[in-house]
Amino acid sequence: MTDLADRQKLSYIAAQAADARLNVELETEGMTLNIGPQHPATHGTLRIIVRLDGEQVIWAEPGAGYMHRGYEKLTEVRTFPQVTALVNRIDWLGSFANEVPFILAAEKLMDVEAPPRAQWIRTILFELSRIANVSLFLGDLGVQLGAITPVFMAFRDREYVLNLIESATGGRFHPNFDRIGGLKEDLPAGWITETKQVMKKLRNFCDEIENLLFGNEIFQSRLRGIGVIPAEVAKQYGLSGANLRASGVDWDLRRDQKLPLAYDKVDFKVWTHPDGDSFARCWIRLQETREATKIVDQLLEGIPSGSVMAKVPRIIKVPEGEAWVSTENPLGEMGYYVVSKGDLGPFRVKIRSASFNNISIVPWVLRGVYVPDVISILASLYFILGDIDR
Amino acid sequence: MSDTPSAPELVHDTTREGVVTAMRAALGEGLIDSMIKPNDDVWVRVSADAWQQAGRVLRDTVGCEYFCFLSAIDWLPSPYGRGEDDPTAPLPERDSTIKQGYTGGSTRMQVFARVTNLQKHFGVTIKADVPDSEPSIDSWVTVYAGANWHERECHEMFGIDFNGHPDLRNMYLPTDFEGYPLRKDFPLLARMVKPWPGIVDVELLPGDDADEPAVSIEGEPA
Repeated sequence: MTDLADRQKLSYIAAQAADARLNVELETEGMTLNIGPQHPATHGTLRIIVRLDGEQVIWAEPGAGYMHRGYEKLTEVRTFPQVTALVNRIDWLGSFANEVPFILAAEKLMDVEAPPRAQWIRTILFELSRIANVSLFLGDLGVQLGAITPVFMAFRDREYVLNLIESATGGRFHPNFDRIGGLKEDLPAGWITETKQVMKKLRNFCDEIENLLFGNEIFQSRLRGIGVIPAEVAKQYGLSGANLRASGVDWDLRRDQKLPLAYDKVDFKVWTHPDGDSFARCWIRLQETREATKIVDQLLEGIPSGSVMAKVPRIIKVPEGEAWVSTENPLGEMGYYVVSKGDLGPFRVKIRSASFNNISIVPWVLRGVYVPDVISILASLYFILGDIDR
Repeated sequence: MSDTPSAPELVHDTTREGVVTAMRAALGEGLIDSMIKPNDDVWVRVSADAWQQAGRVLRDTVGCEYFCFLSAIDWLPSPYGRGEDDPTAPLPERDSTIKQGYTGGSTRMQVFARVTNLQKHFGVTIKADVPDSEPSIDSWVTVYAGANWHERECHEMFGIDFNGHPDLRNMYLPTDFEGYPLRKDFPLLARMVKPWPGIVDVELLPGDDADEPAVSIEGEPA
């Protein structure tokens, strides 16, 4: 088996040879173009340097690190309960989802399991953060391609979800609600009825976006067949979430691993798409938002009664050991490798964030595309800067 | 929880035992130690020389095609503790015994990586010791293309060289930055310029003894 990198190298050399011939014929010169760090398409501050030959990208390199906050170092001087306040800020559109894998890792080391009610509410809030996160993607996607309306619809309907998260947790963006052993508080009265209504609104939003964007001819021609990532390459780069499923890999951590969350109690479909292009990635995210509303609806029907907090000591010391827990976050696989030495705080936390891997494929996928496609491919890969730099 | 703990049943996890068997067959002496938590996770430790080959075995024989992450651990206990000392006073004496985690080790720093088998739904954590004097190890870029950025990050944060890596530029820090921030002997500068106010979020309830936690670590009332 030839190594992937070798094959990439060969195809690159071939492409360069072809370019060189073209350059001799047309007497063109290469040009280096800087995109960002402050560019609307970069969702923050990501710099992309591309070398162009005419309209074609022959080399691309993302420059991350403008938002590096050193969370891995900071966790080492925090106690376990304090870490959730930090990791909240990694993927800031789906904050609650960042807390869950860390708390689960700590619980795994302590051999504590949250009570069933806490597990259900955790799963509901997890899916609500997914909806809040991905609905903004669906709106933003339109802006990247020149359609302004969807983003207003996205902000309008995301507001309902944020209000739900706020009324349950007290925080719109950074709930910091998950605790080792359960949750901070129980749900407020009337929350379940309200959530059901909001889920209906969100399904309408998905339909609207599907009619407005996904059926649009310009949208399709800008995304179909652009930025194709084969399954084999996607797996080697560690792409996860919708990016991986859009390449036809049927892999979803909600379904494919056993965690103390309520996903095994609900019936949901894991969508995949065989194409691996930008359109497939966007389409998968649309379907996943729909699926998430259905998961929430099903979970709301049968929340078990009881406490939301297991019996844990007030001063939490986590026994010595190592644990890896990852969950299917809005952006993809997010996991924490937690090493504890039996102390109040973790000894080392490796934060595996989805966008870091998702964006590391950019030099590969941008090679050979045209300049306008750079933006649409980056939009379809969907990254959050805090999730790259940590 | 029952009062008398029954003897732990010997659980066999054929999938994860298969991983260790396959790696031992392919690497021989290169596989130093392994640890299995049945139906949960598996750790293997290989020698630094076998690191790249172990990656190939994991990818081609074990079927872990999905690259999750690669990073390193510095096992030296931090001389700064949890950064709660008075920065103006001399450092207090701290135990600096290096004790490695699962699957052991003999050096201060270890690289570790995780790869996943997407068909059979399991992951493998693989570790290797890197020499203390000149920390370096073979690159995984030719095995898993995604290791590129992870190795760059690891190089910059821990100062580990990856032989055969195409481009070990810094990702986050300025090019002329000195020191390796995630090494334990690199101080957290924010805690050096201003003393940490202390753990303020543990409040005692009326009647609690300040020295004794209200509930002991095992969850039993004290």
